[in-house]
Amino acid sequence: MHENRHTFRKGVNVLMQVVTLLCALLVIVPLFLIFYHILKQGIGSVNLAFFTHLPAPVGETGGGMANAIAGTFVLLGLAALFGIPFGVFGGVYLAEYAAPRVAWWIRFVADILNGVPSIIWGMTVSALIVLRMKTFSAWAGGIVLAMIMVPLVLRTTEEVLALVPSGYREAALALGISRWRTIFSIVIRTALKGIITGLLLALARVAGETAPLLFTAFGNAFWTHHLSEPIAALPLQIFAYGISPYDDWHRQAWAGALVLLLLVVSINIAVRILTRDRFSKLV
Amino acid sequence: MNNSDTRAAASLSALAREAAPRAAAKGPAENAFRVENLEVAFGNHTVLKNISIGLRARAVTAIIGPSGCGKSTFLRSLNRMHELVPEAKMTGTIHLFGKNIYGSEIDPVVVRRRVGMVFQKSNPFPTMSIAENVTVGLRLNGMGDKSLLRERLETSLKMSALWDEVKDRLHAPAISLSGGQQQRLCIARALAVKPEVLLMDEPASALDPLATSKIEELILELKKEFTIVIVTHNMQQAARISDFTAFFYMGDLIEYDSTLKIFTNPSVKQTEDYVTGRFG
Repeated sequence: MHENRHTFRKGVNVLMQVVTLLCALLVIVPLFLIFYHILKQGIGSVNLAFFTHLPAPVGETGGGMANAIAGTFVLLGLAALFGIPFGVFGGVYLAEYAAPRVAWWIRFVADILNGVPSIIWGMTVSALIVLRMKTFSAWAGGIVLAMIMVPLVLRTTEEVLALVPSGYREAALALGISRWRTIFSIVIRTALKGIITGLLLALARVAGETAPLLFTAFGNAFWTHHLSEPIAALPLQIFAYGISPYDDWHRQAWAGALVLLLLVVSINIAVRILTRDRFSKLV
Repeated sequence: MNNSDTRAAASLSALAREAAPRAAAKGPAENAFRVENLEVAFGNHTVLKNISIGLRARAVTAIIGPSGCGKSTFLRSLNRMHELVPEAKMTGTIHLFGKNIYGSEIDPVVVRRRVGMVFQKSNPFPTMSIAENVTVGLRLNGMGDKSLLRERLETSLKMSALWDEVKDRLHAPAISLSGGQQQRLCIARALAVKPEVLLMDEPASALDPLATSKIEELILELKKEFTIVIVTHNMQQAARISDFTAFFYMGDLIEYDSTLKIFTNPSVKQTEDYVTGRFG
Protein backbone atom coordinates (compact mmCIF):
# COMPACT_ATOMS: atom_id res chain seq x y z
CA MET A 1 0.00 0.00 0.00
CA HIS A 2 2.69 2.46 1.06
CA GLU A 3 4.83 1.29 -1.81
CA ASN A 4 2.00 2.10 -4.23
CA ARG A 5 1.41 5.60 -2.95
CA HIS A 6 5.08 6.31 -3.16
CA THR A 7 5.18 5.25 -6.79
CA PHE A 8 2.05 7.31 -7.48
CA ARG A 9 3.60 10.45 -5.98
CA LYS A 10 6.76 9.93 -7.95
CA GLY A 11 4.70 9.54 -11.08
CA VAL A 12 2.81 12.80 -10.43
CA ASN A 13 6.11 14.53 -9.81
CA VAL A 14 7.54 13.38 -13.13
CA LEU A 15 4.32 14.30 -14.94
CA MET A 16 4.32 17.83 -13.53
CA GLN A 17 7.95 18.27 -14.45
CA VAL A 18 7.25 17.24 -18.03
CA VAL A 19 4.18 19.53 -18.29
CA THR A 20 6.11 22.57 -17.07
CA LEU A 21 9.02 21.74 -19.36
CA LEU A 22 6.69 21.57 -22.35
CA CYS A 23 5.20 24.95 -21.48
CA ALA A 24 8.69 26.43 -21.22
CA LEU A 25 9.60 24.96 -24.61
CA LEU A 26 6.46 26.52 -26.04
CA VAL A 27 8.07 29.90 -25.36
CA ILE A 28 11.40 29.04 -26.93
CA VAL A 29 10.24 27.14 -30.01
CA PRO A 30 8.39 30.03 -31.71
CA LEU A 31 11.41 32.28 -31.23
CA PHE A 32 13.58 29.84 -33.15
CA LEU A 33 10.87 29.29 -35.77
CA ILE A 34 10.57 33.03 -36.36
CA PHE A 35 14.30 33.46 -36.46
CA TYR A 36 14.77 30.51 -38.83
CA HIS A 37 11.99 31.63 -41.14
CA ILE A 38 13.14 35.25 -41.36
CA LEU A 39 16.73 34.15 -41.86
CA LYS A 40 15.74 31.79 -44.65
CA GLN A 41 13.55 34.33 -46.43
CA GLY A 42 15.66 37.39 -45.83
CA ILE A 43 19.27 36.36 -46.07
CA GLY A 44 19.18 36.16 -49.89
CA SER A 45 18.38 39.86 -50.21
CA VAL A 46 20.77 41.13 -47.56
CA ASN A 47 23.69 42.40 -49.60
CA LEU A 48 25.77 45.54 -49.83
CA ALA A 49 23.17 47.30 -51.97
CA PHE A 50 20.55 46.69 -49.31
CA PHE A 51 22.56 48.85 -46.88
CA THR A 52 23.70 51.49 -49.39
CA HIS A 53 20.90 52.01 -51.94
CA LEU A 54 17.55 53.72 -51.87
CA PRO A 55 14.45 51.65 -52.64
CA ALA A 56 14.18 50.94 -56.34
CA PRO A 57 11.13 52.22 -58.24
CA VAL A 58 8.44 49.68 -59.06
CA GLY A 59 9.48 47.60 -62.04
CA GLU A 60 13.19 47.88 -61.37
CA THR A 61 14.85 45.13 -59.39
CA GLY A 62 17.45 45.62 -56.70
CA GLY A 63 17.64 48.71 -54.56
CA GLY A 64 17.97 48.76 -50.80
CA MET A 65 16.77 50.24 -47.56
CA ALA A 66 19.67 52.56 -46.75
CA ASN A 67 17.31 55.44 -45.96
CA ALA A 68 15.10 53.30 -43.74
CA ILE A 69 18.06 51.95 -41.77
CA ALA A 70 19.45 55.45 -41.28
CA GLY A 71 15.93 56.70 -40.48
CA THR A 72 15.52 54.12 -37.73
CA PHE A 73 18.77 55.27 -36.13
CA VAL A 74 17.75 58.93 -36.43
CA LEU A 75 14.37 58.20 -34.84
CA LEU A 76 16.00 56.18 -32.04
CA GLY A 77 18.45 59.04 -31.49
CA LEU A 78 15.61 61.57 -31.20
CA ALA A 79 13.66 59.22 -28.95
CA ALA A 80 16.71 58.85 -26.68
CA LEU A 81 17.32 62.60 -26.71
CA PHE A 82 13.80 63.43 -25.55
CA GLY A 83 12.89 60.26 -23.68
CA ILE A 84 15.97 59.54 -21.57
CA PRO A 85 16.16 62.80 -19.56
CA PHE A 86 12.46 62.73 -18.68
CA GLY A 87 12.46 59.02 -17.92
CA VAL A 88 15.63 58.98 -15.85
CA PHE A 89 14.96 62.20 -13.92
CA GLY A 90 11.37 61.16 -13.34
CA GLY A 91 12.58 57.82 -12.01
CA VAL A 92 15.04 59.60 -9.71
CA TYR A 93 12.24 61.81 -8.40
CA LEU A 94 10.05 58.79 -7.84
CA ALA A 95 12.72 56.78 -6.01
CA GLU A 96 14.45 59.52 -4.05
CA TYR A 97 12.14 62.48 -3.48
CA ALA A 98 8.47 61.65 -3.93
CA ALA A 99 6.24 61.27 -0.87
CA PRO A 100 4.73 57.76 -0.75
CA ARG A 101 1.26 58.94 -1.82
CA VAL A 102 2.59 60.95 -4.75
CA ALA A 103 4.87 58.06 -5.74
CA TRP A 104 1.91 55.69 -5.70
CA TRP A 105 -0.02 57.89 -8.14
CA ILE A 106 2.92 58.41 -10.48
CA ARG A 107 3.64 54.69 -10.51
CA PHE A 108 -0.02 53.95 -11.17
CA VAL A 109 -0.18 56.40 -14.09
CA ALA A 110 3.15 55.16 -15.52
CA ASP A 111 1.91 51.58 -15.44
CA ILE A 112 -1.28 52.56 -17.27
CA LEU A 113 0.77 54.47 -19.86
CA ASN A 114 2.95 51.38 -20.34
CA GLY A 115 -0.19 49.52 -21.32
CA VAL A 116 -1.55 52.14 -23.74
CA PRO A 117 -1.58 50.68 -27.28
CA SER A 118 1.10 52.36 -29.35
CA ILE A 119 -1.33 53.39 -32.08
CA ILE A 120 -3.03 55.68 -29.57
CA TRP A 121 0.30 57.38 -28.92
CA GLY A 122 0.62 57.82 -32.67
CA MET A 123 -2.81 59.45 -33.01
CA THR A 124 -2.12 61.73 -30.05
CA VAL A 125 1.20 62.99 -31.35
CA SER A 126 -0.31 63.32 -34.79
CA ALA A 127 -2.98 65.62 -33.38
CA LEU A 128 -0.52 67.58 -31.25
CA ILE A 129 2.39 67.96 -33.65
CA VAL A 130 1.71 66.72 -37.15
CA LEU A 131 -1.51 68.68 -37.60
CA ARG A 132 0.12 71.84 -36.28
CA MET A 133 3.29 71.52 -38.35
CA LYS A 134 1.06 70.55 -41.26
CA THR A 135 3.54 67.84 -42.23
CA PHE A 136 4.69 64.43 -41.13
CA SER A 137 8.17 64.74 -39.72
CA ALA A 138 11.13 63.01 -38.09
CA TRP A 139 10.51 65.25 -35.07
CA ALA A 140 7.04 63.84 -34.61
CA GLY A 141 8.33 60.27 -35.05
CA GLY A 142 11.11 60.78 -32.53
CA ILE A 143 8.75 62.37 -30.03
CA VAL A 144 6.17 59.62 -30.23
CA LEU A 145 8.85 56.98 -29.63
CA ALA A 146 10.16 59.09 -26.74
CA MET A 147 6.69 59.21 -25.21
CA ILE A 148 6.46 55.43 -25.36
CA MET A 149 9.90 55.18 -23.75
CA VAL A 150 9.37 57.58 -20.84
CA PRO A 151 7.08 55.49 -18.63
CA LEU A 152 9.21 52.39 -19.29
CA VAL A 153 12.46 54.12 -18.42
CA LEU A 154 10.87 55.83 -15.43
CA ARG A 155 9.81 52.54 -13.89
CA THR A 156 13.07 50.65 -14.54
CA THR A 157 15.13 53.59 -13.22
CA GLU A 158 13.01 53.72 -10.10
CA GLU A 159 13.32 49.99 -9.56
CA VAL A 160 17.10 49.86 -9.82
CA LEU A 161 17.49 52.92 -7.59
CA ALA A 162 15.34 51.21 -4.98
CA LEU A 163 17.82 48.31 -5.05
CA VAL A 164 20.64 50.56 -3.83
CA PRO A 165 20.91 49.82 -0.09
CA SER A 166 19.91 52.77 2.09
CA GLY A 167 23.19 52.36 3.98
CA TYR A 168 25.01 54.10 1.13
CA ARG A 169 22.66 57.09 1.24
CA GLU A 170 23.06 57.33 5.01
CA ALA A 171 26.84 57.02 4.80
CA ALA A 172 27.02 59.86 2.28
CA LEU A 173 24.60 62.12 4.16
CA ALA A 174 26.49 61.48 7.42
CA LEU A 175 29.64 62.78 5.71
CA GLY A 176 27.94 66.13 5.25
CA ILE A 177 27.32 65.55 1.55
CA SER A 178 24.19 67.33 0.36
CA ARG A 179 21.11 65.42 -0.74
CA TRP A 180 21.39 66.04 -4.49
CA ARG A 181 25.12 65.26 -4.45
CA THR A 182 24.41 62.03 -2.60
CA ILE A 183 21.79 61.07 -5.17
CA PHE A 184 23.81 61.96 -8.27
CA SER A 185 27.31 60.98 -7.22
CA ILE A 186 26.62 58.02 -4.96
CA VAL A 187 23.19 56.48 -5.57
CA ILE A 188 22.97 56.89 -9.35
CA ARG A 189 26.60 55.88 -9.76
CA THR A 190 25.94 52.70 -7.83
CA ALA A 191 22.89 51.88 -9.95
CA LEU A 192 24.28 53.13 -13.28
CA LYS A 193 24.52 49.74 -14.99
CA GLY A 194 20.94 48.94 -14.13
CA ILE A 195 19.75 52.31 -15.40
CA ILE A 196 21.62 51.86 -18.71
CA THR A 197 20.14 48.38 -19.04
CA GLY A 198 16.67 49.87 -18.69
CA LEU A 199 17.45 52.48 -21.33
CA LEU A 200 18.69 49.91 -23.83
CA LEU A 201 15.69 47.65 -23.31
CA ALA A 202 13.35 50.61 -23.84
CA LEU A 203 15.20 51.53 -27.06
CA ALA A 204 14.96 47.92 -28.26
CA ARG A 205 11.27 48.00 -27.56
CA VAL A 206 10.56 51.19 -29.54
CA ALA A 207 12.93 50.23 -32.38
CA GLY A 208 10.24 47.91 -33.74
CA GLU A 209 7.25 50.21 -33.26
CA THR A 210 5.32 50.64 -36.50
CA ALA A 211 1.81 51.88 -35.84
CA PRO A 212 2.72 55.19 -34.15
CA LEU A 213 5.16 55.99 -36.95
CA LEU A 214 2.43 55.65 -39.59
CA PHE A 215 0.86 58.84 -38.19
CA THR A 216 4.04 60.74 -37.51
CA ALA A 217 7.25 59.83 -39.39
CA PHE A 218 5.09 58.49 -42.23
CA GLY A 219 7.96 57.03 -44.23
CA ASN A 220 9.89 58.34 -47.17
CA ALA A 221 11.19 56.68 -50.33
CA PHE A 222 14.10 59.11 -50.45
CA TRP A 223 16.68 60.57 -48.13
CA THR A 224 15.39 62.97 -45.51
CA HIS A 225 17.45 66.15 -45.44
CA HIS A 226 15.68 67.90 -42.65
CA LEU A 227 14.09 66.67 -39.43
CA SER A 228 10.86 68.47 -40.29
CA GLU A 229 10.40 66.23 -43.32
CA PRO A 230 8.84 62.77 -43.30
CA ILE A 231 11.43 60.08 -42.66
CA ALA A 232 11.75 56.40 -43.52
CA ALA A 233 12.08 53.71 -40.85
CA LEU A 234 12.69 49.97 -41.09
CA PRO A 235 9.33 48.89 -39.62
CA LEU A 236 7.46 51.28 -41.93
CA GLN A 237 9.37 50.06 -44.96
CA ILE A 238 8.73 46.44 -44.00
CA PHE A 239 5.03 47.24 -43.67
CA ALA A 240 4.84 49.06 -47.00
CA TYR A 241 6.75 46.36 -48.86
CA GLY A 242 5.04 43.51 -47.06
CA ILE A 243 1.54 44.56 -48.20
CA SER A 244 2.66 45.30 -51.75
CA PRO A 245 1.86 42.86 -54.59
CA TYR A 246 5.45 42.58 -55.86
CA ASP A 247 7.67 39.57 -55.17
CA ASP A 248 10.81 41.65 -55.28
CA TRP A 249 9.45 43.96 -52.56
CA HIS A 250 8.43 40.95 -50.49
CA ARG A 251 12.03 39.74 -50.57
CA GLN A 252 13.18 43.19 -49.51
CA ALA A 253 10.66 43.19 -46.66
CA TRP A 254 12.07 39.91 -45.38
CA ALA A 255 15.57 41.31 -45.54
CA GLY A 256 14.40 44.40 -43.63
CA ALA A 257 12.79 42.19 -41.01
CA LEU A 258 16.04 40.29 -40.62
CA VAL A 259 18.06 43.47 -40.14
CA LEU A 260 15.55 44.88 -37.64
CA LEU A 261 15.53 41.62 -35.70
CA LEU A 262 19.34 41.57 -35.62
CA LEU A 263 19.33 45.16 -34.32
CA VAL A 264 16.97 44.27 -31.47
CA VAL A 265 18.85 41.06 -30.68
CA SER A 266 22.18 42.86 -30.57
CA ILE A 267 20.78 45.46 -28.15
CA ASN A 268 19.64 42.57 -25.95
CA ILE A 269 23.05 40.92 -26.15
CA ALA A 270 24.66 44.24 -25.15
CA VAL A 271 22.36 44.28 -22.13
CA ARG A 272 23.43 40.75 -21.21
CA ILE A 273 27.09 41.64 -21.38
CA LEU A 274 26.50 44.77 -19.36
CA THR A 275 24.59 42.97 -16.62
CA ARG A 276 26.86 39.97 -16.36
CA ASP A 277 28.44 41.15 -13.12
CA ARG A 278 25.63 43.44 -12.14
CA PHE A 279 25.01 42.01 -8.71
CA SER A 280 28.62 42.04 -7.63
CA LYS A 281 28.69 45.72 -8.51
CA LEU A 282 25.32 46.72 -7.26
CA VAL A 283 25.07 45.24 -3.80
CA MET B 1 22.53 36.64 42.15
CA ASN B 2 23.82 33.27 41.10
CA ASN B 3 27.45 32.33 40.67
CA SER B 4 27.86 33.06 36.99
CA ASP B 5 26.22 36.45 37.43
CA THR B 6 28.63 37.24 40.24
CA ARG B 7 31.57 36.22 38.12
CA ALA B 8 30.36 38.24 35.16
CA ALA B 9 29.78 41.28 37.31
CA ALA B 10 33.18 40.89 38.95
CA SER B 11 34.97 40.68 35.61
CA LEU B 12 33.09 43.70 34.28
CA SER B 13 33.98 45.79 37.29
CA ALA B 14 37.58 44.61 36.96
CA LEU B 15 37.56 45.76 33.35
CA ALA B 16 36.04 49.08 34.32
CA ARG B 17 38.63 49.54 37.13
CA GLU B 18 41.43 48.77 34.75
CA ALA B 19 40.10 51.32 32.29
CA ALA B 20 39.38 53.99 34.92
CA PRO B 21 42.83 55.64 35.05
CA ARG B 22 42.43 56.53 31.41
CA ALA B 23 39.28 58.44 32.20
CA ALA B 24 41.02 60.25 35.05
CA ALA B 25 43.92 61.21 32.81
CA LYS B 26 41.92 63.46 30.50
CA GLY B 27 42.16 67.25 30.41
CA PRO B 28 39.80 69.89 31.76
CA ALA B 29 36.19 68.80 31.73
CA GLU B 30 34.38 70.35 28.81
CA ASN B 31 31.14 69.15 27.32
CA ALA B 32 30.97 68.58 23.59
CA PHE B 33 27.19 68.12 23.61
CA ARG B 34 24.69 69.63 25.98
CA VAL B 35 21.33 67.95 25.47
CA GLU B 36 18.31 69.48 27.19
CA ASN B 37 14.80 68.04 27.42
CA LEU B 38 15.21 66.08 24.22
CA GLU B 39 12.08 64.31 23.04
CA VAL B 40 11.94 62.43 19.76
CA ALA B 41 8.88 60.79 18.25
CA PHE B 42 8.26 59.00 14.98
CA GLY B 43 4.63 59.68 14.15
CA ASN B 44 2.71 58.89 17.35
CA HIS B 45 5.43 56.71 18.77
CA THR B 46 7.59 58.52 21.33
CA VAL B 47 11.08 57.06 21.26
CA LEU B 48 12.98 59.39 23.60
CA LYS B 49 11.43 61.05 26.64
CA ASN B 50 12.84 64.20 28.18
CA ILE B 51 16.54 63.39 27.93
CA SER B 52 19.01 65.84 29.46
CA ILE B 53 22.67 64.93 29.38
CA GLY B 54 26.11 66.47 28.84
CA LEU B 55 28.61 64.48 26.79
CA ARG B 56 32.26 65.07 27.63
CA ALA B 57 34.62 66.30 24.94
CA ARG B 58 37.63 64.14 24.02
CA ALA B 59 36.24 61.20 25.94
CA VAL B 60 34.36 58.04 25.05
CA THR B 61 30.75 57.88 26.15
CA ALA B 62 29.04 54.51 25.80
CA ILE B 63 25.27 54.32 25.30
CA ILE B 64 23.89 51.01 26.54
CA GLY B 65 20.43 49.54 26.90
CA PRO B 66 18.22 46.79 25.52
CA SER B 67 17.04 46.82 21.88
CA GLY B 68 14.34 49.39 21.23
CA CYS B 69 15.34 51.60 24.17
CA GLY B 70 16.13 54.58 21.92
CA LYS B 71 19.94 54.37 21.91
CA SER B 72 20.31 54.60 18.15
CA THR B 73 17.70 57.35 17.88
CA PHE B 74 19.56 59.30 20.55
CA LEU B 75 22.81 58.88 18.64
CA ARG B 76 21.19 59.92 15.37
CA SER B 77 19.61 62.99 16.94
CA LEU B 78 23.18 64.20 17.67
CA ASN B 79 23.87 64.69 13.95
CA ARG B 80 20.27 65.12 12.84
CA MET B 81 20.28 61.84 10.93
CA HIS B 82 16.96 60.86 12.54
CA GLU B 83 15.38 63.58 10.37
CA LEU B 84 15.72 61.26 7.37
CA VAL B 85 12.60 59.51 8.67
CA PRO B 86 9.83 61.73 7.26
CA GLU B 87 7.52 61.64 10.28
CA ALA B 88 10.27 62.35 12.85
CA LYS B 89 9.40 65.05 15.42
CA MET B 90 11.84 66.51 17.91
CA THR B 91 11.61 68.97 20.81
CA GLY B 92 14.26 70.23 23.22
CA THR B 93 17.71 71.54 22.39
CA ILE B 94 21.12 70.09 21.60
CA HIS B 95 24.15 72.36 21.79
CA LEU B 96 27.47 71.32 20.26
CA PHE B 97 30.30 73.29 21.85
CA GLY B 98 27.84 76.00 22.80
CA LYS B 99 26.02 76.22 19.47
CA ASN B 100 22.44 75.04 19.03
CA ILE B 101 22.60 72.49 16.20
CA TYR B 102 18.81 72.69 15.77
CA GLY B 103 18.84 76.47 15.35
CA SER B 104 16.61 77.68 12.51
CA GLU B 105 19.61 79.01 10.58
CA ILE B 106 21.57 75.74 10.88
CA ASP B 107 21.78 73.44 7.85
CA PRO B 108 21.81 69.77 8.90
CA VAL B 109 24.43 69.15 6.18
CA VAL B 110 26.83 71.43 8.08
CA VAL B 111 26.07 69.70 11.39
CA ARG B 112 26.96 66.36 9.81
CA ARG B 113 30.32 67.68 8.65
CA ARG B 114 31.16 68.44 12.29
CA VAL B 115 29.64 65.24 13.65
CA GLY B 116 30.77 62.15 11.76
CA MET B 117 29.14 58.75 11.96
CA VAL B 118 30.14 55.11 11.64
CA PHE B 119 27.43 52.52 11.14
CA GLN B 120 26.84 48.98 12.36
CA LYS B 121 27.18 47.52 8.90
CA SER B 122 30.29 48.73 7.13
CA ASN B 123 29.20 50.56 3.99
CA PRO B 124 32.10 51.60 1.76
CA PHE B 125 30.85 52.79 -1.63
CA PRO B 126 31.07 49.76 -3.94
CA THR B 127 31.82 51.73 -7.10
CA MET B 128 34.83 53.45 -5.57
CA SER B 129 38.42 52.51 -4.78
CA ILE B 130 39.88 52.58 -1.28
CA ALA B 131 41.37 56.03 -1.92
CA GLU B 132 38.18 57.40 -3.48
CA ASN B 133 36.16 56.20 -0.50
CA VAL B 134 38.36 58.04 1.97
CA THR B 135 38.33 61.33 0.07
CA VAL B 136 34.72 61.23 -1.13
CA GLY B 137 33.43 63.58 1.58
CA LEU B 138 36.01 66.18 0.60
CA ARG B 139 35.68 65.76 -3.15
CA LEU B 140 31.90 65.97 -3.19
CA ASN B 141 32.10 69.11 -1.09
CA GLY B 142 34.20 70.74 -3.75
CA MET B 143 37.79 70.16 -2.65
CA GLY B 144 39.88 69.67 -5.80
CA ASP B 145 43.41 70.23 -4.50
CA LYS B 146 45.18 66.96 -5.38
CA SER B 147 48.06 67.28 -2.93
CA LEU B 148 45.76 68.18 -0.07
CA LEU B 149 43.50 65.24 -0.89
CA ARG B 150 46.51 62.95 -0.99
CA GLU B 151 47.66 64.24 2.39
CA ARG B 152 44.21 63.80 3.99
CA LEU B 153 44.02 60.31 2.48
CA GLU B 154 47.25 59.31 4.17
CA THR B 155 46.57 60.90 7.56
CA SER B 156 43.03 59.51 7.71
CA LEU B 157 44.18 55.98 6.87
CA LYS B 158 46.99 56.25 9.41
CA MET B 159 44.58 57.51 12.09
CA SER B 160 42.29 54.57 11.41
CA ALA B 161 45.26 52.15 11.56
CA LEU B 162 44.66 50.95 8.02
CA TRP B 163 47.51 52.65 6.16
CA ASP B 164 50.05 49.84 6.43
CA GLU B 165 47.56 47.28 5.19
CA VAL B 166 46.37 49.21 2.13
CA LYS B 167 49.15 51.64 1.15
CA ASP B 168 50.19 49.44 -1.80
CA ARG B 169 46.69 49.05 -3.20
CA LEU B 170 44.96 52.37 -2.66
CA HIS B 171 43.26 52.07 -6.04
CA ALA B 172 41.85 48.61 -5.46
CA PRO B 173 38.06 48.41 -5.03
CA ALA B 174 37.01 49.11 -1.45
CA ILE B 175 34.83 46.01 -1.38
CA SER B 176 37.94 43.83 -1.86
CA LEU B 177 38.84 44.52 1.80
CA SER B 178 37.88 42.22 4.69
CA GLY B 179 34.96 43.11 6.96
CA GLY B 180 37.15 44.59 9.69
CA GLN B 181 39.21 46.54 7.18
CA GLN B 182 36.04 47.86 5.56
CA GLN B 183 34.86 49.16 8.92
CA ARG B 184 38.20 50.89 9.54
CA LEU B 185 37.93 52.31 6.02
CA CYS B 186 34.55 53.76 6.98
CA ILE B 187 36.18 55.31 10.05
CA ALA B 188 38.92 56.79 7.84
CA ARG B 189 36.24 58.14 5.51
CA ALA B 190 34.49 59.81 8.42
CA LEU B 191 37.78 61.23 9.79
CA ALA B 192 38.86 62.68 6.43
CA VAL B 193 36.32 65.53 6.65
CA LYS B 194 37.82 66.47 10.04
CA PRO B 195 34.79 66.16 12.28
CA GLU B 196 34.87 67.16 15.93
CA VAL B 197 32.75 64.24 17.06
CA LEU B 198 32.52 60.64 15.93
CA LEU B 199 29.26 58.80 16.54
CA MET B 200 29.48 55.02 16.36
CA ASP B 201 26.43 52.80 16.14
CA GLU B 202 27.56 49.33 17.24
CA PRO B 203 30.63 49.59 15.02
CA ALA B 204 32.02 46.17 15.93
CA SER B 205 28.89 44.08 16.32
CA ALA B 206 29.31 42.45 12.90
CA LEU B 207 33.04 41.77 13.31
CA ASP B 208 35.07 38.85 14.64
CA PRO B 209 36.93 39.23 17.99
CA LEU B 210 40.27 40.14 16.41
CA ALA B 211 38.78 42.84 14.18
CA THR B 212 36.75 44.03 17.17
CA SER B 213 39.83 44.48 19.33
CA LYS B 214 41.47 46.48 16.55
CA ILE B 215 38.47 48.80 16.42
CA GLU B 216 38.57 49.17 20.21
CA GLU B 217 42.27 50.06 20.22
CA LEU B 218 41.51 52.57 17.52
CA ILE B 219 38.74 54.18 19.57
CA LEU B 220 41.10 54.60 22.54
CA GLU B 221 43.61 56.25 20.23
CA LEU B 222 41.03 58.51 18.57
CA LYS B 223 39.57 59.88 21.80
CA LYS B 224 42.72 61.93 22.31
CA GLU B 225 41.52 64.19 19.51
CA PHE B 226 37.85 63.45 19.06
CA THR B 227 34.74 63.20 21.14
CA ILE B 228 33.35 59.71 20.72
CA VAL B 229 29.84 58.52 21.44
CA ILE B 230 29.35 54.80 20.91
CA VAL B 231 26.24 52.65 21.05
CA THR B 232 27.07 49.10 22.08
CA HIS B 233 25.33 45.91 23.08
CA ASN B 234 28.54 44.50 24.45
CA MET B 235 28.98 45.25 28.17
CA GLN B 236 32.64 44.20 28.13
CA GLN B 237 33.25 46.60 25.30
CA ALA B 238 31.59 49.46 27.16
CA ALA B 239 33.65 48.66 30.27
CA ARG B 240 36.90 48.42 28.33
CA ILE B 241 36.77 51.53 26.20
CA SER B 242 34.40 54.11 27.65
CA ASP B 243 34.95 56.83 30.23
CA PHE B 244 31.27 57.46 30.76
CA THR B 245 28.26 55.25 30.34
CA ALA B 246 24.63 56.18 29.86
CA PHE B 247 21.97 53.53 30.39
CA PHE B 248 18.77 53.96 28.40
CA TYR B 249 15.59 52.00 28.96
CA MET B 250 12.25 52.39 27.15
CA GLY B 251 13.15 55.89 25.96
CA ASP B 252 14.30 57.13 29.38
CA LEU B 253 17.81 57.92 30.48
CA ILE B 254 17.97 55.77 33.62
CA GLU B 255 21.49 56.46 34.77
CA TYR B 256 24.51 58.36 33.53
CA ASP B 257 27.84 58.31 35.29
CA SER B 258 31.47 57.35 34.97
CA THR B 259 31.89 53.89 33.51
CA LEU B 260 33.60 52.77 36.72
CA LYS B 261 30.57 53.79 38.78
CA ILE B 262 28.05 52.21 36.38
CA PHE B 263 29.86 48.87 36.33
CA THR B 264 30.96 48.69 40.00
CA ASN B 265 28.38 50.54 42.03
CA PRO B 266 25.37 51.72 40.02
CA SER B 267 22.84 53.86 41.89
CA VAL B 268 19.76 52.43 40.20
CA LYS B 269 18.68 48.82 40.58
CA GLN B 270 17.63 48.62 36.91
CA THR B 271 21.14 49.56 35.79
CA GLU B 272 22.66 46.87 37.96
CA ASP B 273 20.23 44.29 36.64
CA TYR B 274 21.06 45.23 33.07
CA VAL B 275 24.83 45.34 33.32
CA THR B 276 24.96 42.04 35.18
CA GLY B 277 22.85 40.46 32.48
CA ARG B 278 19.72 39.76 34.46
CA PHE B 279 17.46 41.37 31.91
CA GLY B 280 17.60 42.94 28.47
